[in-house]
Amino acid sequence: MNAVTQTDTNAVTPTRADADRRASTLLPPVDVIEDPTGITLYADLPGVPRDKLDLRVQADQLVIEAELVIALPQGMAPSHAEVQVSRYRRTFTLSNELDADKVSAELSHGVLQVRIPKAAHAQPRRIAVNVG
Amino acid sequence: MYPSLFARDVFAELDRLQREMSSLFDLSPGIRGFARGGYPALNVGNTPQSVEIYAFAPGIDPAKVEVALDRGALTLAGERSTATPAASDDQTTLHLNERFAGRFRRVISLPDDVDPAAVSANYRDGVLHISLQRKAAAQPRRIEVQ
Repeated sequence: MNAVTQTDTNAVTPTRADADRRASTLLPPVDVIEDPTGITLYADLPGVPRDKLDLRVQADQLVIEAELVIALPQGMAPSHAEVQVSRYRRTFTLSNELDADKVSAELSHGVLQVRIPKAAHAQPRRIAVNVG
Repeated sequence: MYPSLFARDVFAELDRLQREMSSLFDLSPGIRGFARGGYPALNVGNTPQSVEIYAFAPGIDPAKVEVALDRGALTLAGERSTATPAASDDQTTLHLNERFAGRFRRVISLPDDVDPAAVSANYRDGVLHISLQRKAAAQPRRIEVQ
């Protein structure tokens, strides 16, 4: 009786090319509006549920990273795929007058709205001029 | 082997670039091509029982989007409005305006075996997922050999 050893021929050793492919991300389109009290940023992140969104401030950078999650039925074969990568990533450098501690955000229907107020010292103030 | 001087192997980069370029052309878009502005992006998949369509359309009102099935073509139409002001007054400045806003319309051709009565759609996290079941008679059946 011959003993048959089965090796997993489907095992794929990650090559550097695979690592490159994993590193490619989608750049979400954004709208940025500035008003006297701060900046409002809107980003289109379709397919991102609340728990897959990673929004953080690192030093002076605002980093938006998210993962796309869609329900795929078993054994589905794609015939036309315009979205082939499932990660979003975009970073912005925040200038000094923005208060990075007071950033607030809301995610609804795939649209992320981020509000970054300007620091109190940077808000427009009229300076009273005394006539001496 | 010598450690690579560059963070990534130059040949792997060229290879990846070539694959990306060819994948752009291999998409074989239908005769109706891509949507203006790329909104909404579409992914279409096939299972033996259904055709699944994913439209990446953030920020739309699901009650107002029109999904119509007519003679083998599915039409997806609607309007996407953003809160972004089009013109800036002296108080606000628009720095970036990359998101699509306005009317959109995409048409997807469907195979003959789709059952027009068995279509369902749901909208979640900005993705409109339309599932079309194939006609039961068209599904593969085993034929017993006596």
